[in-house]
Amino acid sequence: MKYETVIGLEVHIELATESKIFCSCSAKFGGEQNDHVCPACCGMPGMLPIVNKHVVDLGMTAGMMLNCHINRTTTFDKKSYYYPDLPCSYQTTQLFAPVAVNGLVDIETSQGKKQIRIKQIHMEEDAGKLVHDDWSDTSLVDFNRTSVPLIEIVSQPDLHSAEEVIAYLERLRSLLRFARVSDCRMEQGSMRCDVNLSVRPEGSNVLGVRTEMKNMNSLSAIERAIEYETARHIDAIENGTEELVQETRRWDDLKGKSFSMRTKENAGDYRYFPDPNIMPVVIDDEWFDSIKATLPELPEVKKARYMGELGLNEYDAQQLCDSRALCDCFEQAYAVCGNAKEAANYLISDCMNMLNKAGLTADQLTLSGAGLGKLIKLVTEGTVSRPNAKKILAALFEQDVDPETYAKDNGYIVSNDTDLLKTVVKAVVASDPKTVADYKAGKEKVLMALFGRCMKELKGNCDPQTLREVLIEEVMKA
Amino acid sequence: MKIYLAKADAAGKSVALDDMILTKALPTTAGSKMLDGYMSLFDATVVEKLEQAGYSVAGKLNVGEFGFDVTGETSYFGAVKNADGAYVSASAAALDEGEIAAVVTLDVNGAPRRSAAQSGKVFIKPTYGTVSRYGTVPVACSGETVGVMANTSDSVKAVLTAIAGYDCKDGTMHPQSKIDASLRDAKPQKIAFLTGFDTDEAVSAKLSAFKTACESAGVETAQVDGSIFKLASSAWNILMCAELCNNVSRYDGIKYGYRSKEYTTIDELYTNSRTEAFGDELKAAILYGSDVLSTKNYMPVYDKALRVRRVLVEAFGELFAQYDAVVMPACSRLVYGDADVAPYACYEENVYTAPASISGLPAVVCAGVQIVGKAFTDGMLLELAKIAEEGK
Ligand SMILES: [Zn+2]
Repeated sequence: MKYETVIGLEVHIELATESKIFCSCSAKFGGEQNDHVCPACCGMPGMLPIVNKHVVDLGMTAGMMLNCHINRTTTFDKKSYYYPDLPCSYQTTQLFAPVAVNGLVDIETSQGKKQIRIKQIHMEEDAGKLVHDDWSDTSLVDFNRTSVPLIEIVSQPDLHSAEEVIAYLERLRSLLRFARVSDCRMEQGSMRCDVNLSVRPEGSNVLGVRTEMKNMNSLSAIERAIEYETARHIDAIENGTEELVQETRRWDDLKGKSFSMRTKENAGDYRYFPDPNIMPVVIDDEWFDSIKATLPELPEVKKARYMGELGLNEYDAQQLCDSRALCDCFEQAYAVCGNAKEAANYLISDCMNMLNKAGLTADQLTLSGAGLGKLIKLVTEGTVSRPNAKKILAALFEQDVDPETYAKDNGYIVSNDTDLLKTVVKAVVASDPKTVADYKAGKEKVLMALFGRCMKELKGNCDPQTLREVLIEEVMKA
Repeated sequence: MKIYLAKADAAGKSVALDDMILTKALPTTAGSKMLDGYMSLFDATVVEKLEQAGYSVAGKLNVGEFGFDVTGETSYFGAVKNADGAYVSASAAALDEGEIAAVVTLDVNGAPRRSAAQSGKVFIKPTYGTVSRYGTVPVACSGETVGVMANTSDSVKAVLTAIAGYDCKDGTMHPQSKIDASLRDAKPQKIAFLTGFDTDEAVSAKLSAFKTACESAGVETAQVDGSIFKLASSAWNILMCAELCNNVSRYDGIKYGYRSKEYTTIDELYTNSRTEAFGDELKAAILYGSDVLSTKNYMPVYDKALRVRRVLVEAFGELFAQYDAVVMPACSRLVYGDADVAPYACYEENVYTAPASISGLPAVVCAGVQIVGKAFTDGMLLELAKIAEEGK
């Protein structure tokens, strides 16, 4: 029999805010254990939650990026359960009126284009982390992550394969990074995905027994988990190897298997109720419009524009559109220099190299687009040579310097002094009669050695074409 | 009974705090073994405001465990009784000593109102959201309010003026302009006495005396059936226990507070710590609160209580369209013996106090009666207290 896999996803995304959702502690990843904590996020009595407005901004942004309806009155609720990483023994989340509902996400797979429905997006706080201390053989709690803001994006069960799931997650990641909602880094846990999966005979409209899988830390782990779980379900249905029960399972990527964590019978009652300490958040037109105005052009729209209006090739356009930071820098540079191809080249080759060396991602680029544009102008006008432009770019990468001032201060301006050029060329030619003789004897390649030495003497500050012409002239004269 | 003493101030600007209000300098226990010796890392906003206004904190006063009982009888540190063997609150007892100007106390379930009525003190539970709850031990956040008890309405007014005010650390506060308006003096014209609440004769006598005082001061009086407000008690019990259950769930023995010595697993650590440190009345409230919030009971019980809250707010609104304030008893009797503070008594005795708790309306207790007013008429309610004082 043929089977259909039915998958719904719950994706948790850590929001790119400076501070936590209800207190002013830093929400940054890392830091010494329990460095980013205060009485509020440690669950001490007497602290009251004050909603971080930026969290609502980003919740709305995510909702708009995923074509959701934004609830103009959104409320927070408390969800109760006991676990040591949850200091209040309740999590503040949204059940009754989440910030966004009823969205749509376009995906594309080898099977073609498709839309995935979004049920809702809700804002909530993260929990802390348990750390095992081998020395004392006890578990210790790190509250740094407690109350870091999250959104949970709940899809409808519209996905039917690992390929669709990966395409959906990549699409979410691209859209949310583009809108600066989150850096969406699975390996750091700023994007986490729970997979709800069931299997049914093809053509059936009755859903099978659903299991929820957690603990996949990469897209490839998600793919493996879906394949394993689908096979396990089919095996259970066909061969009766085990009885499927509604349960939560933990994926173990090393063993390549999922293991039961808790069954539905053992699941606690979360006793949700509206948080009386948080007044309903009312999103008026002014607030709504101000967020709407910040939404970026979608990456595929940008890409088409870069190729159409700006004449970039598809590869370059795609490279830029993988990162909002690259796009912003590119557009600023283009506005200054009017040369799209040059701007794309510097960003895709030189800047990406520098980012890689510094261990940074494209989204972490801080290069001034205007600075890059000015530099490109200097190069195309012949004021700075290409080799020196790279040195200036390296400086610009480190800090926002003015390329022209920097070029002047460091002697990187191309000289128009032909007398100086001739003097240098003559001296080089005179110092190396053997190479000169080789060239004359027909070994044209050796000219590059002389060219390089002249360039070095001139500190790169000459027009290569002029240098080449003068050099040939002097060699032939010698 | 346990009283933490700091300094006494001869200038009459000493106040005491009940043990629900967090202080850096003194322990805050909420009357529970769970928080015995707990030292807060910060002061409540009301403590800061008192100090800014020149008051000094003379000490902390005993409360019933997490402040929701009849009159303090469930405190881990023991109940307070007067010479006649009647239960009294530590707040009233401290005011009788005469050293302090006022007590700032959290009204969770009406205990300070009952206590003020029985001991002849003046108490105000101000309009919800006019005094910051930042730094109070949370129990029933949707209705509990920091209030002031003193021997005279003038003292209450002075201390309330010091502690009221917008605080950005409490998201449920009203803007400063509304808080200023609530403290303004206003002369009441017409008040209604609610019928339908049973009390003993001593309380009835207090109500009659107050009526006479009002009439002789030129305030028009009327009688109105208040039976609908008796619904407040069961709805408030549901909301209060639900919120209480959730709020005290943070006391799990992990981070601070009492931890059992007997455990091998995390579940045993939780269970044993809470079993050993919480009193029976609190445990019952936790179980009840947990049950009303269960998936099965949420809509038929908890959500219904929320709807009752709205109905009662509307019913008060209708009354206040005609009357400046309503008068009702604060308690069933003026003396509490052992039977009156039996287990679960607080869920019935709060029939008088729950209407103002559930609706967030201001309530003043004076001369043994309770006056409930429209939101932001706290100043006017204290004027009525003055009439009672002058009519004595
Ligand atoms: Zn914090």
